[in-house]
Amino acid sequence: MADTAKPADTNRPALALHVPEPKYRPGDTADFSHIDIGTAGAQPRPDESVHPSQMHDLAYSLVRVLGEDNQAHGPWNPRLDPETLRTMLGHMAMVRAFDERMFRGQRQGKTSFYMKCTGEEATSIAPAMALASDDMVFPSYRQQGILIARGYPLIEMINQIYSNKADKLKGRQLPIMYSSREHSFFSISGNLATQCPQAVGWAMASAVRGDSRIAASWVGEGSTAEGDFHSACTFAAVYNAPVILNVINNQWAISSFSGFAGAERTTFAARGLGYGIAALRVDGNDALACYAAADWAANRARANHGPTLIEYFTYRAEGHSTSDDPSGYRSAQEREEWPLGDPVTRLKKHLIAIGEWDEERHAAMDLACAETVKATTKEAEKNGILGHGLHHPFHTMFEDVYEELPWHLEEQAEQAIRERITKFGTERPFG
Amino acid sequence: MSDETAIVAEAAAERRLNMIEAINEALDIMLERDPDVIIMGEDVGYFGGVFRATAGLQAKHGKTRVFDTPISECGIIGVAVGMGAYGLRPVPEIQFADYIYPGLDQLISEAARLRYRSAGDYIAPLTVRSPFGGGIFGGQTHSQSPEALFTHVAGLKTVIPSTPHDAKGLLIAAIEDNDPVIFFEPKRIYNGPFSGYYDKPVEPWKKHPDSVVPEGYYKVPLGKARTVREGEALTVLAYGTMVHVAEAVCAAKGVDAEILDLRTLVPLDIKAIEASVEKTGRCLIVHEATRTSGFGAELSALVTERCFYHLEAPVERVTGFDTPYPHSLEWAYFPGPVRIGEAIDKLLKD
Repeated sequence: MADTAKPADTNRPALALHVPEPKYRPGDTADFSHIDIGTAGAQPRPDESVHPSQMHDLAYSLVRVLGEDNQAHGPWNPRLDPETLRTMLGHMAMVRAFDERMFRGQRQGKTSFYMKCTGEEATSIAPAMALASDDMVFPSYRQQGILIARGYPLIEMINQIYSNKADKLKGRQLPIMYSSREHSFFSISGNLATQCPQAVGWAMASAVRGDSRIAASWVGEGSTAEGDFHSACTFAAVYNAPVILNVINNQWAISSFSGFAGAERTTFAARGLGYGIAALRVDGNDALACYAAADWAANRARANHGPTLIEYFTYRAEGHSTSDDPSGYRSAQEREEWPLGDPVTRLKKHLIAIGEWDEERHAAMDLACAETVKATTKEAEKNGILGHGLHHPFHTMFEDVYEELPWHLEEQAEQAIRERITKFGTERPFG
Repeated sequence: MSDETAIVAEAAAERRLNMIEAINEALDIMLERDPDVIIMGEDVGYFGGVFRATAGLQAKHGKTRVFDTPISECGIIGVAVGMGAYGLRPVPEIQFADYIYPGLDQLISEAARLRYRSAGDYIAPLTVRSPFGGGIFGGQTHSQSPEALFTHVAGLKTVIPSTPHDAKGLLIAAIEDNDPVIFFEPKRIYNGPFSGYYDKPVEPWKKHPDSVVPEGYYKVPLGKARTVREGEALTVLAYGTMVHVAEAVCAAKGVDAEILDLRTLVPLDIKAIEASVEKTGRCLIVHEATRTSGFGAELSALVTERCFYHLEAPVERVTGFDTPYPHSLEWAYFPGPVRIGEAIDKLLKD
C-alpha cells in the first residue's frame, strides 16, 4: 500500500484524478449541439505570410466554405472550376467504392485486414489535389485517397492488399501499408506518428538543396500524443521547414475518444501555436475548405514562410479497421448526428446547387466506380489472394533486409528452403 | 588487410592522429566528396561537438551541411530518416549512447525496416555516430554500452572501431554504406589506448602503431575483423576499448593469445572467428556491456555451434556486471585485468 498524506492530517484538500469519458456510449442518444461549428464563410483568410501569433482564432474555430444552402461562401472559397470539383467528387466516390469492396473482400477471407476511411475522404483527397503531384507525402494508414487522387493504379493497391505474387511490396507489409516512390508517397508504417519527423526531415532536405518541392504528413488526433509529433513540431518550427503537418481529428482512436489525446482541454490546431507554427482548424467534411486550407499552407511553405499545422475536424464513420467493432464502445447514433454531415454528400449537393451535376449522373458515377473496382478486383485475384500460395518466391523473405545478403541470412534462407522441401518435397509447391 | 597496409605504406609522411582527429578527418573528407552528406546533432555545429569530433566542420562546409539540433533524439533520427528518403546521406550524432533510447523507434521500426517494407523503394542510409562505453567516471548516463540492443535488430549494422586508423576507414565505409549503421565510438580511447590498468599513467595515441592515419580517402570494409595479434594459446574476441585491455592483460600474463578485433558486430566476420578458434581450441569473449543477452552471448553460441569439436575448454565470457553503470565503484564494475586474467587462467587450466 502506497504512503499517503491524508487531507485530514495535512489541512490540504483531497486531490482527484480526472479520467476522460466520452459523452455517449452504446445505447445513448447522441447530441452534438455543444459543438460550435460556426458559419460557413465567416472565417477571415489571412495572407500566407502571416505570423502564427496573428491567427489565434483560426486555431480554435472552423474554416468552413460549404454552407447549409450548399453554396460556397467567404474568403476561403478556393473557386475551383466545375471540372475540378467533379474530379474531386469522382475520387471521393471511387475511394468509397474501393473501401466497400475491400472490406467485403476481407470478410470473404481474401486478405487479413483492411481499413476504410469512410467520412474522412475529403481530408486526403482535397489536400492531395491542392499539392503538386511531386510534393512528398508521408501518410498514416487512412490516406488511400491520396493514392487514388494521384492516379496510382487500383490493381496495385489490391495486389498489395492481397499480398499476392504481383504485390510490389513482395507481400511483406500488412494490407494498406502502401509505398510508391514514383507517386511521391512514402512507405506507410504501422508505428504511429513516426512519419511526422520524417516529413519534416524530407522538407528540411528539400530546403537544404534549394529544391521547390514541399512535404506533408498525416497523423490521427490520437497519435499526436506520441513524442514523434512533438519532435516534428519542434524541428519544423526551429528550421522553418516547408512542411504541412495534417492532423486528422476523426474523434476516435480505436475505442479511445479524442479526450485521451487532450481534446477536452484545447484543439489540436492550437498545438501549432505553442510552437510558433501557423495553425488552421478546418471542417474536414467540407472538401472545399480542406482544399483551401492545404492550398494556403502549401503557398506558405513554398514561399519560405514555414510550416503549417492543419487540424481536419471530421468523424470516423466506421470502425477503426476490419478487426474493430465500434458498437462496443460508442453510440451507433453518432454517425447520423454528426453536425458536419457527410463529405461526399455535401460536395455532391454543392455541384447540383451550382447546376453542374445531378442525381442521375451521380448514380451512374457510383455504378461505374463499383464496376471498375469489381473488374479490377477480379483481375488482381488472378495474381492470388492471401494464403493461397501465389506469393513471392521464398528467397524474397531474406532480401532487402540489407542491400547485400549477409552470411547469416544466406544460411537462414537455405534453412527455409530445406524446410519447404521437407514439407512439400519441392521448393515451390505452387509452381 | 593487405589493401590497408599498402595504403599505409604509400602515405608520404607518418601522421599520427588520435581517434577524435581521425573521426573529424573522415567527416571532413566525406562532406567534401559527397554533397549528400549532412551532419547534425546536439552541439555539433558552431561549437564542434562536446568531444570535438565535428570541430571546424561547420566553418568549412557551411551551416546547412553541419548544424545543431534540438535536444530530441527521436527528432534527430526521425528527421534523418526523412532526409535519407529525400536522397541525402545524413550522419547524425547522438551525444552519448546513453541518450539514444528516445530515438529507438525511429531506428528499429523505421530506419532498419525501410528498405524491406518498401521493397527497396526507400532506403535509410544513415550513419548514427555515438560515443559509448565507460571508464571515464560518467556514471550511469554517460557510460553505457548498448550495442546488443542494435545487433538484435534486423536491418541495422553495428560498427565499433578500436584505433584511429580504423575509426577513419570504418566511418567512411559506414557513411558510404546504403544501410543504416550504428557507429559506436569508445570514448575512453578517444585520446589514447586504455590498457585497463587504471592506476597506471595514460598512454597517448602517438605511441601506438595504429595511430598512423593515412591522409585522404580510404575505407576499412565493414564486416571484416582485424587480427590484432596472432597466437596459439587461445582466441580473444573483443571490440572497442576491450581490445586494448585484453591485449595488455595477455601481454602482462605472457599468454600467446590470438586477439581478434571484431570491428563490425553485424555483419560479423564469422570466418575469421571460426579459423582462429579452430586453430587455438579456446575462446575468450570480452565486452564492457552487461552480461545477460549481451553480444558475448551471441558470440559464445556461434562459437559453440560452429567450432564445438575444436574446443578444448568451455567458452568464457568476461563482461560488465548486470547492474547500471556505477559511479564511485566504476573500477569494480569494469571488466579489467583481474576479471580477464581469471578467465584466461580458467581457459588454460588443462
